[in-house]
Amino acid sequence: MIILFYIAAIVAVISTLCVILQSNIVHALIYLILSLLAVAVIFYVLGAPFAAMLEAIVYAGAIMVLFLFVIMMLNLGKISTDQERSWMKSSGWVAPGIMAAILLAQLLNVLGDYEYDLVPVEVGVMEVSTLLFGPYVLAVELASILLLAGLVSAYHLAKK
Amino acid sequence: MTFEVGSILNIGAILAVVIGVAAMLIWVERRLLSLWQDRLGPNRVGWFGLMQVVADMVKIFNKEDWVPPFSDRFVFVLAPAIIMTVILLSFGVIPFAPGVGIADSNVGVLFVLAMASLGAYSVMLGGLSSDNKYALLGSLRAAAQMVSYEVFMGISMLGVVALTGSFDLREIVLAQADGWYVIPQFVGFVIFLIAGVAESHRLPFDIPEADQEIVAGYHTEYSGMKFGMFFVGEYLGLVLVSSLITVLFFGGWMGPGFLPPVIWFAAKAFVFICFFILLRAAIPRPRYDQLMSYGWLFLLPLSLINLLVTAFIILSSQ
Amino acid sequence: MLTLIKDTLISQVVTLWKVFLHTFAKADTVEYPDEQPHMFSRWRGRIILSRDPDGEERCVACNLCAVACPVDCIALQKAEDDAGRWCPEFFRINFSRCIMCGFCEEACPTNAIQLTPDFEMAEYERQDMVWEKENLLINGTGKYHDYNFYRVSGMKIHGKDKGEGLNEAPPVDVRSLLP
Ligand code: SF4
Ligand code: SF4
Repeated sequence: MIILFYIAAIVAVISTLCVILQSNIVHALIYLILSLLAVAVIFYVLGAPFAAMLEAIVYAGAIMVLFLFVIMMLNLGKISTDQERSWMKSSGWVAPGIMAAILLAQLLNVLGDYEYDLVPVEVGVMEVSTLLFGPYVLAVELASILLLAGLVSAYHLAKK
Repeated sequence: MTFEVGSILNIGAILAVVIGVAAMLIWVERRLLSLWQDRLGPNRVGWFGLMQVVADMVKIFNKEDWVPPFSDRFVFVLAPAIIMTVILLSFGVIPFAPGVGIADSNVGVLFVLAMASLGAYSVMLGGLSSDNKYALLGSLRAAAQMVSYEVFMGISMLGVVALTGSFDLREIVLAQADGWYVIPQFVGFVIFLIAGVAESHRLPFDIPEADQEIVAGYHTEYSGMKFGMFFVGEYLGLVLVSSLITVLFFGGWMGPGFLPPVIWFAAKAFVFICFFILLRAAIPRPRYDQLMSYGWLFLLPLSLINLLVTAFIILSSQ
Repeated sequence: MLTLIKDTLISQVVTLWKVFLHTFAKADTVEYPDEQPHMFSRWRGRIILSRDPDGEERCVACNLCAVACPVDCIALQKAEDDAGRWCPEFFRINFSRCIMCGFCEEACPTNAIQLTPDFEMAEYERQDMVWEKENLLINGTGKYHDYNFYRVSGMKIHGKDKGEGLNEAPPVDVRSLLP
């Protein structure tokens, strides 16, 4: 199981890097989907199959489809690829690079002190549901009201 | 030789049978369509034309496999592989009979849904990378259609899941020992049937590839074996949807004891495959906006009401 | 709502059932090379040039068929034999262009050109699709058995003078006309 975790983790990291480095937006999107799927595998290995499937259905399946949909509508051609490439070369790398390095150092520092006990706890559908409809029911209801508002306003805008 | 879930033999056998059945469907569909259209259909090659499949294969392998120079090569080659992969992966969680199956996942239903939603990429990326306006139109339609019908498909499955109390497909079958779910979940069954046709974009819902409007839709630029993969992928999707209906609503392998369970499963699935072909023979394609408004204004409320009523009955009977 | 259910469900189910009943219907098609389909005698297929009941060529090289042909696939040249009859010197139909529309048959004043129910005309060489008069001309009257153009027309040929045609009044002698 642990080897699966490492494979998925490496895939996730590499594909996320590719998302940033790719200048072709469709390719970048495919790498992003790959990265999300790798994260889903990690969830599964860590004993959260429900979260893994939701990651695959909602993020990789639904949201990325909408991204792709928008890309199709925008008709981005070679020009945008060249533009991306020109941005890639400039010195815009420096500031994000430094900040990311600081974060990484912090993370390593924190992880150094952490006591590992990698015994995956099974968090199945039942556990997630009891949590969602038990202590977090207010948050769920608020989120659903927000979604409902979004739905109604989208309907209103589309109607015009 | 014992079959047990997950053994290599099991996996190999299931893979071979599923792909073989999908290939044979090329012939079955043509014969059945011609039967219903008062024609004869392919009956020359081999017994009753059974070797037509081989002839088609030989033909498709010999065709020029052309990648358009204006296409996005990487994505163009990737797209047909996605559909085959995700549909074959979906078969991984289907329980064919006691002891026959690749994996029993406790999130099987969700896994199938996840794979179905990934299948949309194949169609979308194929059309997008072709750099052809018909292909792009086809994949735009596919994106909207598949994302929408996935919703109703998921919600219609939830009634069954609620009755069983599990996402495990094998447990869903076992829970139908004293009564198939098609009776309490008839509305869910009908919605799943319709959404299943739309998800595998077969006629009458083949709007992404509507030949009369947009040439061949998303696979306009595909030829040779890459087209063949889309083609077989469609038939694999047909087998998958039929198997899912059998598992979710018709008691899977259960049946009177005079036949082995696998045969029962195959027979039930075959009836649904024939039904899908009958749909193709009988019903014309709706317009794109009709399909969408039918889904969102009719199927969505219906499936939600179905789920609510089911939940209410379960809770009140406890 | 009711009409929606009626349109979307009931009519579709009825359609499905009606198509399903075709399972038990006999096929309309036959296994062609082994079994010949029934061809109706008015079917428009291979073109022939027919002869009149006396065994002479019917075609009078009037060119009406060539004019009527929408794809211009008929070519012919007029000639005249010793008897004074007109006939085509050559008559050529390019069947690789012919669309079997039957307009030539409609246009022909002598029932010479006719379409037959034969359709097996495939060739390996394109040039073989061009048929000459020898290929087209048959020893028979085709679909119309009694018609003979020269017998009813006022045209003078050897063995038939003016006024000797069928239903033809003798010619008026203009010089003997008295006021
Ligand atoms: S059938 Fe039509 S196309 Fe053919 S020769 Fe006659 S007029 Fe021309
Ligand atoms: S076939 Fe008929 S229409 Fe054509 S030239 Fe001869 S007489 Fe005239």
